[in-house]
Amino acid sequence: MTSPRLWSWIGFCVGLAYFFLPLIGMVEFSLRMRRGTYSFDAYASVLGDPQFQQTFTYSVVLSVFTIFIGILLIVPTAALVQLRLPKWRPVVEFITLLPLVIPTIVIAFGYIRMFNTSSVLPLLGSAGSTNVLLTFGYVVLALPYMYRAVDTGLRAIDLHTLTEAAQSLGAGNITILFRVILPNVLVAVLSGAFLTFAIVIGEYVLAALLDRPAFGPFLVWIGSNKAYEPSALAVITFLITWGCMAVIQLASRLSKHGAATR
Amino acid sequence: MTIANATPRIRPGWPKISLNWLGIVPFLLFALIFLLLPTMNIVLGAFRTPEGSFTLANVANLLQPRIVTAFRVSIWLSLTSAVLGCLIGFGIAMAITRGGLPVWLRAATMTFSGVASNFAGVPLAFAFIATLGRVGIVTLILRDWFGINLYGLGFNLLSFWGLVLVYLYFQIPLMILIITPALDGLKKEWGEAAQILGASTGQYWRMVALPVLWPSLLGTTALLFANAFGAVATATALTGSQLSIVPIVLFNQIRGDVLQDPQLGYAVAFGMIVVTAVTNLIYIIMRARSERWTK
Repeated sequence: MTSPRLWSWIGFCVGLAYFFLPLIGMVEFSLRMRRGTYSFDAYASVLGDPQFQQTFTYSVVLSVFTIFIGILLIVPTAALVQLRLPKWRPVVEFITLLPLVIPTIVIAFGYIRMFNTSSVLPLLGSAGSTNVLLTFGYVVLALPYMYRAVDTGLRAIDLHTLTEAAQSLGAGNITILFRVILPNVLVAVLSGAFLTFAIVIGEYVLAALLDRPAFGPFLVWIGSNKAYEPSALAVITFLITWGCMAVIQLASRLSKHGAATR
Repeated sequence: MTIANATPRIRPGWPKISLNWLGIVPFLLFALIFLLLPTMNIVLGAFRTPEGSFTLANVANLLQPRIVTAFRVSIWLSLTSAVLGCLIGFGIAMAITRGGLPVWLRAATMTFSGVASNFAGVPLAFAFIATLGRVGIVTLILRDWFGINLYGLGFNLLSFWGLVLVYLYFQIPLMILIITPALDGLKKEWGEAAQILGASTGQYWRMVALPVLWPSLLGTTALLFANAFGAVATATALTGSQLSIVPIVLFNQIRGDVLQDPQLGYAVAFGMIVVTAVTNLIYIIMRARSERWTK
């Protein structure tokens, strides 16, 4: 067994170098702004930039709406498909996988053509309705991840028994959905939500083509206009992604723990 | 479960069918308006003149050298990064599942893969520029400490292989995330059974393990291909919009930088859909075949 283990270690070390050097490079570069010494100048410059604050807030707000709409749309659908419409499962799953197959840029192009000012639904007519369209676009992009997360969560609980029990206690469908099903899949929903957050924060194509002041286009702009700030921003984004994943891991661990002690 | 299905639920005043339909309608409607119709709009637009009559001219326009080159580079780039990502990711997944590495390393790798597979787009490009760009840390260390001039040796981050290198950063972790559960699914008993029947390790992998893993391997490769094929942000942030790959060509077309032929945008977008659709079709066919085979 020595030989495979040795190879495992060698391969692992190469992988380690490949995956950690860019992170080290990114951190090191972001500290290089002041000549001759390491400093947090680039971070101060970025965080103090009003454009950073505006675009970042914009993307955070949009991601919250995306998550909210996503949950409202996906949890009832996934629950119904599992409970009463099993025949629809292939159709719904196919639809949720489509955003992985159709490139985002094609969807963005379709939006520009379909919702322009001379169309039936002129969502691109004003900034406000374009924000709505962008949010819906993000829901579409998050669909594969959200649906998978919720579906996995629903499979883990005894949906039939829960629903029957709630029904025999006189609960209506809305009550069942929000007071029985949703709390039981909350952990799964949350992990989908944080994944969605990570996706929306860094998204570029849709926001750029719909011409909205989101964080992604700001990143590209700063990348071609500043030297050290991009690295500082990359570090910040990486930490956000890391934070989201940490919350997901924590949530799933907690839920496993909860299930075990139940 | 069966009992619940067998007992008819009678709830007065609520016809069962209409209620079920109601619940799924918002989702279907949403998918129709914000996913299917916009895509159909592009597909139909590819076969339409500005006046609205049917034409093949737009699609024929794809044959101009600039577009053909862009498609070739894009497909080659996506294929290279998908296949390499698949092989390397598989190797790492093997190492952490059955390579005799400590358990904590496996957990750490899985967590890191979750982060790295989502660390794509613009920030990733920045990280690589800071590392392997002209004044990146690795470039400088190699130059100052070892006297190796990377760029003098012909390396360029803003090139085909540079992009492959960057794309692998999210492709490999994605592969690890998907294939590790599949590797866990390989039962120990199968290996033992094969061994008892006198199979060598090579035979076990060729005749037992790989056929079982084949669908997931193929599926992931198709996913990685689509992942790289549609990636705009990483390439844009790395190269400005100079590199001629399909998403960037389309992006410039939509943005209006290239306005000689507005209908060309439809055709390019249609071409992208065809490429990803064909990839997935190959995957579905292969998967169906391999599933028949493993039965």
